[in-house]
Amino acid sequence: MRASHRQRGFVAAILHRLSGIALAIFLPLHFLALAAALNGAHALDSFLALTRQPLVMAAECGIVIALAIHMTLGLRVLAIEFFDFREKTFAVLSACLAAVLAVGVIFILNVG
Amino acid sequence: MSAILFLAQRTSAFVLALAVAIHLGTILYAVRGGLTAAGILARTHGNIAFALFYGAFVIAVAIHAPIGLRNVLREWTPWRGRSLDIALALFFILLLVLGMRAVFAVFSA
Amino acid sequence: MSEPTLHVDVWRGTETGAFQAFELPRRAHQTILDVVTEIQREHDATLSYRFACRVGMCGSCAMVVNGRPRWTCRTRVNDVIEAGEKLRLEPLRNFTVVKDLAVEMTQFFDKWKDAKGYFEPGAQPQPDFTVVPPAAPERQAADAGIECIGCGVCYSACDVVAWDKDYLGPAALNRAWTLVNDVRDQGYEARLDAVSAGNGCQACHTHMSCTKFCPKAIAPTYSIAGLKRAVLRRSLRNVL
Repeated sequence: MRASHRQRGFVAAILHRLSGIALAIFLPLHFLALAAALNGAHALDSFLALTRQPLVMAAECGIVIALAIHMTLGLRVLAIEFFDFREKTFAVLSACLAAVLAVGVIFILNVG
Repeated sequence: MSAILFLAQRTSAFVLALAVAIHLGTILYAVRGGLTAAGILARTHGNIAFALFYGAFVIAVAIHAPIGLRNVLREWTPWRGRSLDIALALFFILLLVLGMRAVFAVFSA
Repeated sequence: MSEPTLHVDVWRGTETGAFQAFELPRRAHQTILDVVTEIQREHDATLSYRFACRVGMCGSCAMVVNGRPRWTCRTRVNDVIEAGEKLRLEPLRNFTVVKDLAVEMTQFFDKWKDAKGYFEPGAQPQPDFTVVPPAAPERQAADAGIECIGCGVCYSACDVVAWDKDYLGPAALNRAWTLVNDVRDQGYEARLDAVSAGNGCQACHTHMSCTKFCPKAIAPTYSIAGLKRAVLRRSLRNVL
């Protein structure tokens, strides 16, 4: 693997990019699901029943984690660009990872 | 990307930083014990503050996502130029319409 | 007791070509430049490569060593590989290869010009000397970036340059930033225009490979962030 690809800033940027792509694909589906409520609460409930399946719940957890990844790494970019933040990359990325894992764990605990 | 797109992207990013933090917190709290339509709609039905917040959220996302995708597509695929910009403008409209429809759906259900 | 052997794979050709294997004695304190020079003088006189000062001042000797862009004169073999490992030498990435390890630098310096990375004295001479306190924030910002010698390591490391051939690149933008902060310069507006087009500072995605690999410890990422802020401030001023 190319040296520039082994370094932390690149890994962060790729995670940020991939999570963004995942969210962009997910969002229209999310909006369509919620709009099922237009047909009444019962329609939304039937849809939500689908989401009880383990595979779907895993995907939901994945999307929540993707959102946490995209936001924490996005905040890092905003800090560097607009607040002239001179980062210690390892510390910053560790903090981002910790926040993402916390979100993931809380989600799993709460939805289970 | 051009300076205007950059301005729109970063401005919407700041809005989303706040909105996503609130949304994530709400979701993590609200899914306790599982997700039901009644649970969601009880919070959103007739709730003006909710509608305004999520309306703004939808607009910010509709701006932010297509510009981000534009960078990805221009850098990782050969697609660029006018057709790409038009496709992403359509995606912006799609997100705006579907998003507002969803907000309306849970507000008025 | 015979010296250990150093195995080196060297790129031969242009964009197409192949690696050619060489074996030479591995000596203590060898630099990569020592190795390349020995190959060219003792083994294969047709090998093309560049160097000049050999003491880390000119930046001519930059190439990719085991996947990483470096100055060969200031890189010791022992810092790159352990005993028994191979060296792998390639030309800088993102440049057109002239031959073997020598690359075409024209596009790199053309982008420097496109970014208006040159001092603009203005149409009229200034009426008096400009006072530039060394501790002034603008001077500090400029000083942080002016040691660039145009070696091309950052340009080679940059993924956005690899993904978008039009992107001006970290060196050109870093130089533009030092001039944006030069209070004597009269080309501020035109320079901000030059760095804020589609191929300008907005395209930087903060991978920070440039900052990681710069042999002069310059941080183009932060210079580019400064340009982003300057461009945004100007956009807001125009809008409001």
